[in-house]
Amino acid sequence: MALLEARALNKHFGGLHVTNNVDLALEPGEIHCLIGPNGAGKSTLFRLILGEHQPSSGQILFGGEDITALKSYKRIRRGMSVKFQVPGIFKALSVRQNLEIAMQQHYPPAALHAEIDRLLDFLKLEGEAKQLAGNLSHGQKQWLEIGMAVSLKPRLLLLDEPTAGMSPDETRATGDMIQRLNADGMTVLAVEHDMAFVRQVAHKVTVLHLGQVFAQGTIDEIVADERVAAIYLGQSTPSTDAPEAAHA
Amino acid sequence: MNALTRFFARLEGPQTIGRGPGFWIGFLVVLTGACLYPQFSDGYTVGNTVYFFTWVFMALGLSLIWGYGGALSFGQTAFFGIAGYSYGILTINFGAAYGFTLVAVVLAVAIAALFAVLLGYFLFFGRISGVFLGIVTLSVTLVLERFMAQTAGPEWRIGSARLNGFNGMSNMPPLTIPWPGGDIVLFPDVQLYYVVLGLLVLVYLLLRILVNSSFGNVLVAIRENPERAEMLGYDIRKYQLGAFVIGAALAGLSGVLYTTWGQYITPSSMGMTAAALPIVWVAVGGRSDITSTLIGTLVVLSAFQALTIHGSQYALVVMGILLVLTVLIAPRGLILSGASRIGRLFGKRGDA
Repeated sequence: MALLEARALNKHFGGLHVTNNVDLALEPGEIHCLIGPNGAGKSTLFRLILGEHQPSSGQILFGGEDITALKSYKRIRRGMSVKFQVPGIFKALSVRQNLEIAMQQHYPPAALHAEIDRLLDFLKLEGEAKQLAGNLSHGQKQWLEIGMAVSLKPRLLLLDEPTAGMSPDETRATGDMIQRLNADGMTVLAVEHDMAFVRQVAHKVTVLHLGQVFAQGTIDEIVADERVAAIYLGQSTPSTDAPEAAHA
Repeated sequence: MNALTRFFARLEGPQTIGRGPGFWIGFLVVLTGACLYPQFSDGYTVGNTVYFFTWVFMALGLSLIWGYGGALSFGQTAFFGIAGYSYGILTINFGAAYGFTLVAVVLAVAIAALFAVLLGYFLFFGRISGVFLGIVTLSVTLVLERFMAQTAGPEWRIGSARLNGFNGMSNMPPLTIPWPGGDIVLFPDVQLYYVVLGLLVLVYLLLRILVNSSFGNVLVAIRENPERAEMLGYDIRKYQLGAFVIGAALAGLSGVLYTTWGQYITPSSMGMTAAALPIVWVAVGGRSDITSTLIGTLVVLSAFQALTIHGSQYALVVMGILLVLTVLIAPRGLILSGASRIGRLFGKRGDA
C-alpha cells in the first residue's frame, strides 16, 4: 500500500488551474523527487499535501486514510514532517532551543537533552548549540531545519528545495544525510532543482509541468526523455542545466 | 534540598533573564526591602505604592500575550474594566460579609477570563494576526468604553448597582478578610500593600515557571515563526488563546485591585489613553522578559505620576516620546537592553 497517495487532485486560484488532476503515489521507503520548471505547481502540490491549501477537488490519502480535510498540525502528528524552502527556523532563539521546541513533545524531560545532543552531533552543529539560530550560515540553517523536521521521527519527510543556496560540497553532504535517514526507513518527497542532488538520492522522479504530471520514472529515464528536455529551456537537457550532474 | 533545586531550576530558563544564586539573592534583598518599606513610610505613600503595584499584573499579562506570544493586544484595559465593574456589581449587591469580597475577586477575574475566551476564540481560531489583531482588540475596548459611558440613566442598573455612565461606579466595599474577633478591612494602606505585594510575588514566580515550561517554548516559537510552529505539530491557536486568556485574567486582577483600591471604576479606564499606556510600560521595560516588564512598569508609572503632578497633560506627550525613543534606540526595551549589557560585562550571565 502506498504511504502517500494523491488522487485526481485539483487546485484552482481564481481562473488559474495550478494543480491539474494530479495522481501521485509514494511507496514506503522510497526517495521521490519532484522536478519541473518554475510555475509547474510543485510548491502548490506541497501545500496541498501539508494541508496549507485545501484542494478544489480530489483526495489525499496518508497511510491508507483520507486526510483531505485534516488540519496541518494533525497531519504532522500522524507522521508527516516538512522542511520549508526558506529556512523556517526560530531565528531569535538558540540552536538548542530550536530543537527543544521540536522534540519536547516526543521525549520525556529527563531524556530530552541527551537526545538533543545526539541530533546536534548528527547535524554537525554541536559547537553551535548556544548560538542564535539566526546567526548560523545558510547551509547550517538548512541543516538545523532538516534536523527539526527529522526529530519528529516522521514516516514521510517533505523537503522543499533542501539544497537551495548550498555549495556543491554542502549539497553532497545533505544528500548523504538524506540517504542515511532513508536507510532508517524514512520515506522522502523532495522538490529540487539541483539535478546533481536528484541523481544522487532519487529512486523515482516525477516531472510536473503546467500543473500536470508530465513524466515519471527513474532519473535515467527522465533524462533520456526528450519531451522533458524540451520543457526545460527549449532543447537543452536538465543535466546540462546543472553541469555538476556530470560528475555525480 | 533536591526538591528545592528542582523548583529553582523551573524558575530559570532561556525565556527569562536572571539566573543562579546571585540573581535570587538580589531578588530576596529587593523583596525584604519591599516588606520593610512600609515601616519607614506614611500611609499615603504606601497606598500610592499599592496603586502602582495594581497595574503591574496587567503589564505582566501583556508581556505574556505580546512579548512572548507576539500578539499585540489593545484589549487589556477591556478586561481590566470588565473585572472592575463585575467586582463593583457583585459586592454592591451582596455586600462584604462572610468574606464575599474575596469570592467576588475570583468571580470578577473569571468573568474577564470568560470574555477573553469568547473574544480570543474568534480572533485566533479566525486566524486574525498582526496589525488586525491590534485593530480588533482596540475596537472592542473602545466599544465597551462607549457603552459604559452612556449608562448614566437610572434604567442602567444591575440589582442595586447603578452603572452611572461616565461618572463611574463607586462605593463598592474594599477587600475584607473575615477574622474571628472582627473582619479585617484592607484599605489602601499597609494591609492592602502586603496582600498585593504577596500576589505580585506569586504571579511573578508562576509566570517565570510558565514561560520557561514547554508551553512557553511553544509560545515564543509562535512569535518567531507561526508556520514552523504549526508544522511541528502544534495547534498554535490553542496556545495563543491560552496566553490571551491568562493575560486577560491578569488584567482582570489589576482591574479588581484598582477598583478595591479606590472603591471606584469609570469607563475612562478603558478609553483610548488607558488602552495605549500598558503598551508603553511594557515596551519601554522590555516586553519579552517579565522581570524587565515588572521593573519597567513601576519606573514608567512613577515617572508618569511625577510628571502629571508637575506638568499635567504634558505627561502623555512625554509617554509618547518615550515610546518612540524606545522603538528607535532599544527596540527590545530599555531595561532588558541594559540588563543584557550588564550581563555581558560580568560574563557568565550574559547569554540571557
